[in-house]
Amino acid sequence: MSSELTCKELIDFLDDYVAGAQTAQARAAFEAHLSICPECVDYLAQYRAAPRLARAALDGGAHAAPEDLIQAILKTRR
Amino acid sequence: MSGVQDSAPTPMSDESNLVRALRARDPAETERFVRSQSPRALSLARRFLRNEEDAREVVQEAFLSFFRSLDEFRGQAALSTWLHRIVVNSALMRRRRASNRLERQIDDLLPKFDETGHRLSVGPAWAISADEQLATQELRDIVRRRIEELPESYRIVLILRDIEQLDSEVVAEMLETTPNALKTRLHRARQALRTLLEEEPSICPRN
Repeated sequence: MSSELTCKELIDFLDDYVAGAQTAQARAAFEAHLSICPECVDYLAQYRAAPRLARAALDGGAHAAPEDLIQAILKTRR
Repeated sequence: MSGVQDSAPTPMSDESNLVRALRARDPAETERFVRSQSPRALSLARRFLRNEEDAREVVQEAFLSFFRSLDEFRGQAALSTWLHRIVVNSALMRRRRASNRLERQIDDLLPKFDETGHRLSVGPAWAISADEQLATQELRDIVRRRIEELPESYRIVLILRDIEQLDSEVVAEMLETTPNALKTRLHRARQALRTLLEEEPSICPRN
């Protein structure tokens, strides 16, 4: 594998990098590219930020279900 | 009895006993099951449906459908996973019926590259970091609206994997796809959401 990654090659496999699912060699190639490419550093930060922002925006938590809903469900089984 | 469980919170013997009790309509076990599972089911339905009444109806329908199909249950997944799958499918069916949304094409939301592999149309760094809390309701609403613009099959994967944080095997089984196909879809969904958020001036201030 060439040590010279393009931006496209890095972005195509960014999920593996973020998940830590790469070989040591592939990770080293990614880090070499990131050390000289501020655009990919930004992209990586945004790629990580997007799902976290989604989680923060949609976080409603699992609160207790309303009693009338529970009773309506139970009624169908009696 | 044999079977495979993928995320069972209880040992197989407990789960088998529970299945038997639910099939027999044991009132105490049924109530315990409904009380323990309904908060998660409701929170899952709310991820897909913005209308609270719709979310509740979907949960009720899903439990009904779950109980009706108990006789077909062969332990191929944990009972809770099976219920969640029914909730997701019911929520998606409800959503399709009411659908009049502004979904975008996935290809328009993926990064573009020149022939040397450099990314085209590179924007400035974001004004908001990954660790930052979404302090204002306005910002939360913006992000929610942008999530709504994801094509449905990508939005579902993002919700189940990155927001609900369910295991990839569980989600692949729920959506009747392979873990590899799911992985690709999740990667694209994150990239697409990144593009959508980049269009927001409050997140990415452009010139």
